[in-house]
Amino acid sequence: MSGEAHTSAEYIRHHLQNLTYGQLPDGNGGTTWGFAHSAEQAKEMGFWAINVDTLGFSLILGVLFLWLFRSVAKSATAGVPSGAQNFVEWIVAFIDDSVRGSFSGKNPLVAPLSLTIFLWIFLMNFMDLIPVDWIPHLATSLGIPFMKVVPSTDPNATFGMALSVFALVLYYSIKMKGVGGFAGELTLMPFQSSNKVVQVAFMPINLLLEGVTLISKPVSLALRLFGNMYAGEMIFILIAIMYGAGWAMGAFGGLLQLGWAIFHILIITLQAFIFMTLTIVYLDMAHQEHH
Amino acid sequence: MNINATLIGQSITFFFFVWFCMKFVWPPIMQALEARTKQIADGLAAAERGKHEQELAQKRASEVLHEAKQQAQEIIAKAEKRAAEIVDEAKTDAKGEGERILVAARAEIGQEVNRAKEGLRAQVVSIAIAGASKVLEREVDANTHNDLLTKLAAQI
Repeated sequence: MSGEAHTSAEYIRHHLQNLTYGQLPDGNGGTTWGFAHSAEQAKEMGFWAINVDTLGFSLILGVLFLWLFRSVAKSATAGVPSGAQNFVEWIVAFIDDSVRGSFSGKNPLVAPLSLTIFLWIFLMNFMDLIPVDWIPHLATSLGIPFMKVVPSTDPNATFGMALSVFALVLYYSIKMKGVGGFAGELTLMPFQSSNKVVQVAFMPINLLLEGVTLISKPVSLALRLFGNMYAGEMIFILIAIMYGAGWAMGAFGGLLQLGWAIFHILIITLQAFIFMTLTIVYLDMAHQEHH
Repeated sequence: MNINATLIGQSITFFFFVWFCMKFVWPPIMQALEARTKQIADGLAAAERGKHEQELAQKRASEVLHEAKQQAQEIIAKAEKRAAEIVDEAKTDAKGEGERILVAARAEIGQEVNRAKEGLRAQVVSIAIAGASKVLEREVDANTHNDLLTKLAAQI
């Protein structure tokens, strides 16, 4: 428990609140920049606020990943690989295999994109395995009101990535098929007719169906990752509450946490892999001509 | 859990990371992997070539060995033939020598016999003379009757 006076509900709410930096009313009718000290304040900040913890942790993790891989890439030799190079090459070969298996076109962006997605999401998800109280507790003792350590439990992070992927999908769809080709793909399928008039009548229906298909890509991509990680985090928090309910419950909670953490290792890897694979598949679809 | 500008920040970060990865991480590693693949393929090809060459050398070696064996056998056969020849020659020589010795011995024996015969003849003459002188009870002049006696001795 993060504080003696907290109830379980407050504890959960505290754990699920991002550290938000934005504009606050200063009480004189104006606004001032600062951290939100409650969920309500964070909500009032509106769109132009930043979740410092989400961005900070994801930046640190991304830089960590790139630093590790860059340091190996700089000294990569064709000779006998050393320990770190072995590890990096293993992952790179795995990603390369996945891309070769699912992506039929030629695009030098797709493989590095997949590598970045897989490892970055994996590392973000991995933060879930750090006991839920450690970092928030440390932050509280340093005077920071909130600290949510798993960036992928913040829909901002997952939607940020999913929308970026979606932007790439749109870009390559238009680049490969042209505006007309892409528009045709959205309006001339799945209902087709040799009669021109009927075909025109089908267009809105097709656009609706294909539009939903198109929009569902980033939404499902983001929500799947967010939902899985959020639920996992929630269970960790619920287990952590048991620690405050006597030593017997605490011991049981410890056992549960161990079990859930072991199971979660599978989930965090799987979610990163799914996000990566779907990205490859969507980009492959963007590169393919349907007619 | 509000949607806010973090979304944009995350997207920018994401694109930056992807760009960095595409520019500085992926190519060198892939290059190293491809270079190693090529090295291994070359190594395997070289090993294959070496194996092939070794097979050829082995074949050649066995041929040379076979030839050497054949030559050795020829040499042995020749040597045996020569040895047989030498033995034959020696036999012939020995036979010749033996015969020569035999002939010489026979000749010597003949000479001895003749010499003995001559001796005997001389003795027979003297015995005949002694006998005749005894018969005649007088001395026979050897010189006068020598011709007669010589004829007699030759008749014996």
